[in-house]
Amino acid sequence: MLWNALLLALREIRRNVMRSSLTILGIVIGVAAVIIMVTIGNGATARVTEEIASLGSNLLILRPGQRLGPGQRSEAAPFDIEDVEAIARDIGGVFAVAPSSVQPATAIYGNLNWNTTVTGTDNHYLTVRNHVIASGREFSENELRAGRAICIIGETVRKELFGSQDPLGGKIRLGKLSCEVIGVLASKGQSMGGSDQDDTVLVPLRTLWRRIAGNQEISHIHISAREGVTTEKVQRDIELLMRERRRVSAGEEDDFSVLDMKEISEALTGSTEVLTSLLGTVAAVSLLVGGIGIMNIMLVSVTERTREIGVRLAIGALEREVLMQFLVEAVVLSSLGGVLGIVLALAASSVLTDVMRVPYVFDPWIIVIAVIFSAGIGVIFGYFPARKAAQLNPIDALRHE
Amino acid sequence: MKSAFSREAEGPPIIEFRGIVKVYGAGHAAVKALRGVDIRIAPGEFVAMMGPSGSGKSTCMNIMGCLDTPTEGTYLFNGVDVGALSRNQRAILRRNYVGFVFQGFNLLSRTSALENVELPLIYRGVSAGERHAQALEALEAVGLREWKRHTPGELSGGQQQRVSIARAIVTAPEVLFADEPTGNLDTARGREIMELIKRLNVERGITVVMVTHESEMASYAERIVRFLDGVVEEDNGRGKGEGT
Repeated sequence: MLWNALLLALREIRRNVMRSSLTILGIVIGVAAVIIMVTIGNGATARVTEEIASLGSNLLILRPGQRLGPGQRSEAAPFDIEDVEAIARDIGGVFAVAPSSVQPATAIYGNLNWNTTVTGTDNHYLTVRNHVIASGREFSENELRAGRAICIIGETVRKELFGSQDPLGGKIRLGKLSCEVIGVLASKGQSMGGSDQDDTVLVPLRTLWRRIAGNQEISHIHISAREGVTTEKVQRDIELLMRERRRVSAGEEDDFSVLDMKEISEALTGSTEVLTSLLGTVAAVSLLVGGIGIMNIMLVSVTERTREIGVRLAIGALEREVLMQFLVEAVVLSSLGGVLGIVLALAASSVLTDVMRVPYVFDPWIIVIAVIFSAGIGVIFGYFPARKAAQLNPIDALRHE
Repeated sequence: MKSAFSREAEGPPIIEFRGIVKVYGAGHAAVKALRGVDIRIAPGEFVAMMGPSGSGKSTCMNIMGCLDTPTEGTYLFNGVDVGALSRNQRAILRRNYVGFVFQGFNLLSRTSALENVELPLIYRGVSAGERHAQALEALEAVGLREWKRHTPGELSGGQQQRVSIARAIVTAPEVLFADEPTGNLDTARGREIMELIKRLNVERGITVVMVTHESEMASYAERIVRFLDGVVEEDNGRGKGEGT
C-alpha cells in the first residue's frame, strides 16, 4: 500500500510541476531565512563578545574636548607629557598609562604604498590596548628617549607592504621619515567601531613629534586600572586631577573627557542583544510568510484536487489510500524543500558571515526548528484539505466546484 | 449471445431497488430527488434511464454505482444489501464490480492515457507488468492503443471518452455506469461511443446502465426506464427483469 501510495504521489508531483516547485520554494525560503538570520545574529553576538574580551574592560581613554558637540574637540588644548606623568604619579589604582599622538601617513616600501595612521607612543600602549608582539621586539628605553627611527607595524600594513617577505629589518618611509621595522603586532581584527585595528604603525612618541608631527602634543592618554580597582573611582580621580591641571574653574564644563570602555562594551552588548532579537523576529516573520505561501498553494489547489479525489474514490480507491497518497506527497515535497533550504542556508550563511566578518556559529537546533515548522505546515496543509475531500461522498467530491 | 442468455435468466437481479428515497438538504430546503423507486436489473441488460433534468435519473444511477447513499429503502447489489456495507466496503465494491463513464470524462489531466487506464489497477494491487498489459489491452479494445502516450489535453473529446471507457472496463466490471456519455460530443462521435458501449454489452456481457436525454442514444438500449419527478414513470422492460 505504501509502495502504491509512493507511486501515485510521485506521479502527482510530476504531473503538477508548478504547484510542486512553488510548495518546495515556500519551504526553502522559510527554512533558509530562519537559519541564515539566526546564524548571522549568533555570529554578531559572538564577535562582539570576543572584542570586548580583547579590549579589556578596565581601559579608560582620556581625550581633549567634550564627548558631545563636534566642534569642541579642536578648541580644547591637547595634553602634554606632564599630564601623563602626573596621572602615573598622583592617581592610585592605575596599572599603566600610555600617551599617544596620531597622524595619518602614507607608508612606502619599495614600490608599494599604503595609507595608514601612525601612532607615536611607548610600550605601555601595547599593555593597555592588549596588543601582542607576534614577531620582533618592543621599543627599548634608549630608543624611546632618543626618538629613534624605528617602528612596529600592524598585520594589515605588513601584508600590504611586505606580502610574503620578512618585514623585520626592512625600512619603510613615513612621509620624510625612513624607519626600520623592529616588530609586528599580532592580528586583532576589526574593532567594534568597524575600523581595522591591524592597520597601524607604532613609533616612539618623540620620533612622531620631531620627525612627523612637528609639535609636542598628546592627543589621547590610555589608562588601564589595576585589577580589583573600579574604573569609576579611577575615572573620578582623573577628572579631578585634570580639572585642576587644566585650570577649569568650578561650575565650568570639563574641556576633556574620559571614556570608560566598560560602559561602551556594556552598551554594545546591549545592542547586539537587540540585534539578535530583531533578527529572530524577522526570521519568525519569514517563517510565517513562507508558511502562508505554502498554505495558499495547498488551499488554492483544493478545488482541482477535490475532483481528482472524487475520481479516485469512484474508481475504487479507499479513503485511507487517497490520504496515504496525499500524505506521502506532502512529506516528499516538504523534505525536499527542507533539505534544499538547509543547503542554501548553510552556503549563504558561510558566504555572508565571511563578507560581514563575523564568526560562523553553527546551531543545529535552529535547523531542526526551522525544518519542523516549515515541513509541518507543508504536511498539515497538504493533508487536511485532502482528508476533508476524501470524507465526502464520491459524487459530492466529483461535483465539487 | 451471452447477453441474450443473461437477460432471460431467472437468476437473481444484479441490481435491485426497493422503495429507494433520496432527500437532499433538510427542513424547508429539503428536496426529494427520488420518491420511492423500485427497479430490478438482470445481469447483461442494457438499460437507458431517461427523463427531464431533475427527474432523478442521475441520482438513481449514482446510488446504483455506490457513489451516493439512499435516504430510505433497500438496495441489493448481486443480492448483497449495500445499506449494510461500510464506506470502505462500498469502495471495494466499486473497485471490483463496477466501472464509470462520466459526461465530463473525469480523466486526470496532464496524465497519459495509459496511466489513466492503469489507475484502477493500481488500487487493485495489480503488479506493474500485468497492469501495463491489461491497460494496453483495454486501450486496444477502444481503438486507442497508438495514443497511449497522449494526455487528455492532446486528445479529442471522443478520444477522451474512449479513454475513460477503457479505464472503466480495464477491471472487467460486471456493471458499467454511464452518465450522459455522449453529452459533450457531437452526434457522429456520440454514435461511435454508443457502438462501443453496445459492443461491450454484447461481446463481454457487461451490464450497462446509462443515463441520457437523447432518444437516439437511448435507442441502443433494449430497455428504457423513464423518470418523472423522482419516480419511474415508464419502464418497457418491467416484467422481463422481474423474475419472482
